[in-house]
Amino acid sequence: MIRFTDKGLYCPAGNFYIDPWQPVERAVITHAHSDHARAGSASYLCHHLTLPLLQLRLGNNHYQSVGWNEPVFINGVRLSLHPAGHIIGSSQVRLEHNGEVWVFSGDYKTEHDGLSGAFEPVRCHTFITESTFGLPIYTWKPQQVIYDDISNWIRNNQSHQKTSVLIAYSLGKAQRILEAVSAVTGNIYAHGAVYNVHETLQQAGIPLPDIRRVTPETPREQLKGSVVIAPPGAAESPWMKKFTPYAVGVCSGWMQVRGHARRSNVDAGFALSDHADWPGLLQAINATGAQKVFVTHGFQSALSRYLNEQGLEAAEVKTEYGNDEEITELKEENGIISEQAPETT
Amino acid sequence: MSSSTEISLTTNGFTGFASLVQVLGTSTGTNEKTDALSYYFTHAADEDKVWVIAIFSGRRPKRVVNSTLLQNWCAEITGLPVWLFEECYHTVGDLGETIALLLPEPDIQGQQKSLSWYIDALIRLSKAEEPEKKQFITDTWRHLNREERFVFNKLITGGFRIGVSQKVMVNALSKTVQMDAPVIAHRISGNWDPGTTKFSELLNNEGAAADHSKPYPFYLAYALDKEPAALGDPQEWQAEWKWDGIRGQIIKRNRQLFVWSRGEELMTDKFPEYQVLENLLPDGTVLDGEILPGRGDTPLPFSVLQTRIGRKNVSKKQLQEAPVVFYAYDLLEYDGVDIRDQPLETRRKLLEQIVNDLSASGRAIPVFISPVISFKTWEALAAIRERSRELGAEGLMLKRIQSAYQVGRKIGDWWKWKMDALTIDAVMVYAQKGHGRRSNLYTDYTFAVQDGDKLVTFTKAYSGLTDKEFAQVDAFVKRNSLEKFGPVRTVKPELVFEIAFEGIAASNRHKSGVALRFPRISRWRKDKTPGEINTLADLKQLLDVYGK
Ligand SMILES: [Zn+2]
Ligand SMILES: [Zn+2]
Repeated sequence: MIRFTDKGLYCPAGNFYIDPWQPVERAVITHAHSDHARAGSASYLCHHLTLPLLQLRLGNNHYQSVGWNEPVFINGVRLSLHPAGHIIGSSQVRLEHNGEVWVFSGDYKTEHDGLSGAFEPVRCHTFITESTFGLPIYTWKPQQVIYDDISNWIRNNQSHQKTSVLIAYSLGKAQRILEAVSAVTGNIYAHGAVYNVHETLQQAGIPLPDIRRVTPETPREQLKGSVVIAPPGAAESPWMKKFTPYAVGVCSGWMQVRGHARRSNVDAGFALSDHADWPGLLQAINATGAQKVFVTHGFQSALSRYLNEQGLEAAEVKTEYGNDEEITELKEENGIISEQAPETT
Repeated sequence: MSSSTEISLTTNGFTGFASLVQVLGTSTGTNEKTDALSYYFTHAADEDKVWVIAIFSGRRPKRVVNSTLLQNWCAEITGLPVWLFEECYHTVGDLGETIALLLPEPDIQGQQKSLSWYIDALIRLSKAEEPEKKQFITDTWRHLNREERFVFNKLITGGFRIGVSQKVMVNALSKTVQMDAPVIAHRISGNWDPGTTKFSELLNNEGAAADHSKPYPFYLAYALDKEPAALGDPQEWQAEWKWDGIRGQIIKRNRQLFVWSRGEELMTDKFPEYQVLENLLPDGTVLDGEILPGRGDTPLPFSVLQTRIGRKNVSKKQLQEAPVVFYAYDLLEYDGVDIRDQPLETRRKLLEQIVNDLSASGRAIPVFISPVISFKTWEALAAIRERSRELGAEGLMLKRIQSAYQVGRKIGDWWKWKMDALTIDAVMVYAQKGHGRRSNLYTDYTFAVQDGDKLVTFTKAYSGLTDKEFAQVDAFVKRNSLEKFGPVRTVKPELVFEIAFEGIAASNRHKSGVALRFPRISRWRKDKTPGEINTLADLKQLLDVYGK
């Protein structure tokens, strides 16, 4: 049903691609992260909530959007989207043809974050799963525990008259941590890149708290003790000067490993991820009832070997999001401003 | 004023210690670290404080179980296959942390125990049989949360790499107990047993318990970051060679000889050559200098010494092949009196007198005075410096003639003016994932030089690239892997780097026949193709010139 080609995941029967990394005629997009949604294709199909984000990031194109569990038929293939719980609009893609069912997970997490829609296990014969955090050391603490850590950290900074700068991916993490931030303060600022996404989502009807954009005119006085949300690229840029004195906290699953957090030279690391942890991956794979599993981007060799030993038929698949996303995330943590990260206003 | 009053940390029991480790491991500022420590030293129980001082200065209870056992027990509890455990370990880079992350959530926590309670238990366990050890350790794992387990595991395996310098700890203690930092630095260095020493004994204002072995904290120089002319009048400065050895103190007190390294390791037994000094040095003498491999007064390359440092017992053969001498350059204690406040000039005169008296004994003495280089102008000195490598030195030391012997790294009076490193252009052939933060990036590389139409690997090198470059190389590795051997990837030989190093020596353990000292990546030669790298012959030539 799906072939792994050098342009991406291809469905020959329906003649369309899912998350292609090269321009194609017809692209089905799981979610709006840059390594899954690339420019240049002739037409795009995605979830309603992904649409405004694609418009923001890819500009005007031929788009079609659908809701979850609303089947679309493409050349006789029954296609439907199902919540993946990764970020707003993120979807798994279910394909059915001649009685055979395949599901591509896209990126997903199993813990419900209250924003992205709860991950829906979808029964299938063949499941294609991501594996960004596919090692058992990645077992997340419940998000409320991490939120409390973030809130306490902000309070502690406030007691030292410091601004709290939280580094979070501009689409997904930046919206998610607002819950932890709002528990402490309404005085929230954002970098332009974060603000643009935020505004787009608010206009799309997502109920998010109001935040303010940091501009050259923002008075320093107002920033005292506030929370500033910034994308990874901003952390080591001169843009930060304005907030002095400040403390920097990074929200990322990679912060699970101590050395990683320590050497990123920030004041705090919060292991908060929008990807499934090890138990989440196993639970999701299990719930599909699939006998055949393809493992993409992340620790694919470890996860597929483990699944094989558990009696499933599993294989690793090389995709370009595999490498790219890992690099993108790390790049950003390492303070490299990627193409579409921040304008530095 | 102290902001430490706002730290909402518990200092109670083992949880208190675990939160201290957590704070020290994540806060980047020296002030925050000092505050957290001094808060801990103010509020924690005395027995625990003594152990914190001990642990952060590199002392820990003797290891009771090896890594393999810990690994096996964890695999047994979690039911993970061994290969998966190893994959995790490789990604985390630290066994104690890997185990802490893999174990299931704790059972209901038991009665809170103190740090010293756990350490006492571990010490008692050293005499126990394996089943008893397993019982205690796995039980403990079940009661502790993730952070506490990590700390507990580190107590067993050692190596708290949490970035507390001795200086930070000394300042925190000084703030807490109102004693001068140098006094504290002196008290906590040396040979004391945290199991039997009370906090009040270690840091009271009366005379220290009579520990004759204690070295003085070393005075360390900064690298010269400007033209020497900026130091002013050359007349005010003394120049010496900067030797490439182990910085050490030789102490003779109470008719006993002690040898300390700068890492505050007591190394007396490792250098039997120095024993002759026990009878010859006057009581109440402390020499500061360099432990160097050397024959007579001619230094040998440092690599010669490395062959014997790691060994517990030095063999006769090693004593012959890698003899050790001491180049003395300072005198810290004379006739039982601490003379560190006296000017260098005065200390140097007394030092010369002591070493001359040694030579007058008529015996073969392994102590030499590190010579003073006379010079009139900075230009003349710069010319002399060019000869450093011929003499087996790394460059020059510049010391203000009127300077006192200070504590730790202080700017202003002592400078090291090293030679530029040796360099060679090489191509990357293997890559391996890094540890810690870089555990997902390929950051550890092996390099090769050309030998005819073959490539010969000659060194690994780690540091030296920016984060951005690491990400780029990592992307290259992922796209250009030829083969995979466990964690190592063979990479298309395409990227050229300049490798800098401090020394070179012959080695039959390396395919290339050479071993480098302190190799590191100095820059990425994007301007060079693999066809333009250096050859094995170039390396051999460097070996001929600098490897003797
Ligand atoms: Zn994503
Ligand atoms: Zn992805």
